[in-house]
Amino acid sequence: MSGTIKPRDARELRQAIEWALSEGATLDVRGAGSKRALGKPMRGDHVLDTSGISGIVDYAPEELVVTLRAGTPMREVEALLAQRNQMLAFEPPDLGPLLGCAPGEGTLVGTLMGNFAGPRRLSAGAARDHLLGFSGVNGRGEAFKSGGRVMKNVTGYDLSKLIAGSWGTLAVLDEVSVKVLPAPDQTRTLILRGLDDAAAARAMCAAMGSPHEISGAAHIGDRTALRVEGVAPSVEARLKGLRELLADTTAAMEELGTFESRALWRDVRDAAPLEADADWTVWRLSCPPTAGAAIVGRIRGQRPEAKAFYDWSGGLIWLGLPPRPDADHFLVRGAIGPTGGHATLIRASEAVRAAVPVFQPQPPALAALATRVKESFDPRGLFNPGRMG
Amino acid sequence: MQMPLLDPDILRRRGEIVAALRAIVPGEGVIDDLDSMRPYECDALSAYRQMPLVVVLPDTVAQVSAILRYCQDRKVKVVPRGAGTSLSGGSMPVGDAILLGMGKFNRVLEIDYANRCVRVQPGVTNLGVTKAVEHEGFYYAPDPSSQIACSIGGNVAENSGGVHCLKYGLTTNNLLGIEMVLMNGEVVRLGGKHLDAGGYDLLGLMTGSEGLLGVVTEVTVRILRKPSTARAVLIGFPTEAGAADCVAAVIASGIIPGGMEMMDRDAIQCAENYVGAGYPLDAEGLLIVELDGPAVEVDHLVARVEEIAKERGATTCRVSRDEQERALFWAGRKAAFPAVGQITPDYMCLDGSVPRGRLVEVLAEMREMSKTHRLRVVNVFHAGDGNLHPLILFDANDPEELRRAEEFGADILRLCVRVGGVLTGEHGVGIEKRDLMGEQFTEIDLDQQMRVKCAFDPDHLLNPGKVFPKLRRCAELGRVVVHHNKMPFPDIPRF
Repeated sequence: MSGTIKPRDARELRQAIEWALSEGATLDVRGAGSKRALGKPMRGDHVLDTSGISGIVDYAPEELVVTLRAGTPMREVEALLAQRNQMLAFEPPDLGPLLGCAPGEGTLVGTLMGNFAGPRRLSAGAARDHLLGFSGVNGRGEAFKSGGRVMKNVTGYDLSKLIAGSWGTLAVLDEVSVKVLPAPDQTRTLILRGLDDAAAARAMCAAMGSPHEISGAAHIGDRTALRVEGVAPSVEARLKGLRELLADTTAAMEELGTFESRALWRDVRDAAPLEADADWTVWRLSCPPTAGAAIVGRIRGQRPEAKAFYDWSGGLIWLGLPPRPDADHFLVRGAIGPTGGHATLIRASEAVRAAVPVFQPQPPALAALATRVKESFDPRGLFNPGRMG
Repeated sequence: MQMPLLDPDILRRRGEIVAALRAIVPGEGVIDDLDSMRPYECDALSAYRQMPLVVVLPDTVAQVSAILRYCQDRKVKVVPRGAGTSLSGGSMPVGDAILLGMGKFNRVLEIDYANRCVRVQPGVTNLGVTKAVEHEGFYYAPDPSSQIACSIGGNVAENSGGVHCLKYGLTTNNLLGIEMVLMNGEVVRLGGKHLDAGGYDLLGLMTGSEGLLGVVTEVTVRILRKPSTARAVLIGFPTEAGAADCVAAVIASGIIPGGMEMMDRDAIQCAENYVGAGYPLDAEGLLIVELDGPAVEVDHLVARVEEIAKERGATTCRVSRDEQERALFWAGRKAAFPAVGQITPDYMCLDGSVPRGRLVEVLAEMREMSKTHRLRVVNVFHAGDGNLHPLILFDANDPEELRRAEEFGADILRLCVRVGGVLTGEHGVGIEKRDLMGEQFTEIDLDQQMRVKCAFDPDHLLNPGKVFPKLRRCAELGRVVVHHNKMPFPDIPRF
């Protein structure tokens, strides 16, 4: 009998997991369910729904930390922080529309579980860099915690890093403490026009290596966008410096103000340029920034119709390909080449995701180590079986 | 300090082990005579000393792999060591363990300015990374105060911080990739020049794992462009509460300084006597707030910080006029430990982290404890991130005083945990705080951590006696207990 279990607090969560353990039943762990169409298809015996364990526990703006229950919707967290002019600096993407769902549906913990970060990943770090601590239940039905609420903490292993990006396969969380930062006063963007992919990567890397503190560097079509944030006089000075630095790359430069900038970077963050053609395959590749153009070039050599844009100074490639049963996974991963990187299949039909490695396959020694780590939390394989492939 | 009992069988087989190591590392890479091993008998937690079984200094990854595989096969323990600057005894030798020194891995392998990263061997010093790139205007952000000596491999093991981590992060936030050797001799690579390696974030787990999970043989770090301007503001307050208040107000106003340090009255006096940095001797609390970035931004933020400081009742507020003066402001803070060393035979440096909002209360309670334990305490700390460095003054030649200092230290760390903080912010658990882990973690919390350890090192051979107060065998930890009597509790909503 398959069903949904919806605990209301940490104690009920632990009971539910103890029960599953005693039944030998597996669980699909779900928050808002906004990423069900991402990753390997879910195939657990029951759904464990954490959305009932919700709410802000404590928010201390001057401590730069918010503690919340695992099912708390992202929009609730973001609205709370905005009241105090703070933000989640890793710029969590909202992939709902890309995946054919409504926008604004996810939870903060769901974003942490995929370790998703947006354009500010470059300067502010990944989602995992902002998870200060958590409590949850492992696959033995034991409640445990790691980390804390303070910025600096090296007491014991940093299990927060492991949990972020684990797709719910190690433990089910009931509470997290997350680092927050002041939101910038101003956001402006310098647009360079007419650069090809390789020239854009060079311009973005030059900007990143300058003292002008770029917080976003993306290349979409013929537009190369460099974001500058902060207090007004600083933003002015840095934009001026950037124009001088990049004067030789193109004659065509323009600036976007705060409002237009925010719209542009929201689109980059959420991969909006690939939302259309909902049946197309979408990949997300991470590579050294200077290697991106060559990788896309190799893919276009086989699939000239491929659509691509770049974030993270060229180090993040969002790639759209016409649908194929194998999602072109050999082509995409083969194109990464010796400079290193990895590719994640973000959008494809359930059948394709079941058949194709969604996450980058690992060398045998590393894969064996990852399996042992999984077993150290969840020895019976209770949580999200098969989710990470 | 109780270390694991020595295994007489290993001690008896010492000759055979030394010979096996000589077969792996030829020449002078194996050190087994007592005099030559002496420099390795402790790290920077020098109150505790122990001679290792034998010292081995490999210089290739293949040698590291062969050594670990040999040790795994023969169940010989291994203590990895970088530069030996751990303040928590992280690289303190164990009597029946090989000391694996990584000092020969001292080369910068690749500098890639376009991708803003540097690939080095783990024995390169922290400052060595910055030295390799500073002529191009770049630097490596984490700056522990031992940065001249400490190795980047050790920084990975300890997740080292420094005075700039509020804005620029700890090692974990600046690390892109590593190559490491597992206890079974397997070599794995995590991350690289790209961001966010797929799969479980083992890179994040390795960072700060205190040498218990694997031996790092290569490190790739992110480098940053040096800020074009940095200015420091020296702010004195008539009360500690005023200084702590100012810290909170600066952050609440949306400013994240490059560094924000605080010193108490005794620390101010000691540092001033030692360096003559021009610190206000009438202040009870002194802040050094450093703002960095483009000149116009720094000027703007300096003005705001000055304004906030005056509102909070600052009695001194001086802004550095040039690089020389900025360096002088910092000189006192950076010399605070040796300065305190001038007024006491020995001191013990602690490292708890607390929520900033509890700083004043924690300082006051520490003073009370100081009376009870009849020992002086001097406070220097990273106020921006609530990381305290209380220095307990004592005389190690007096065993009774050493005991009181240890008890005082433990009480301070318990206090940190009680107010919602942690035992260690950047120095690591090592042997020093090992027995206090139960103050912060339950047995289940610690068992989960030990199970992670088992995934890497099933025989607990790597850096034994560190971090965990009580080691449990992996076989025992691996057992799953199922409570069959627990019924599916009708009160949980089900659909």
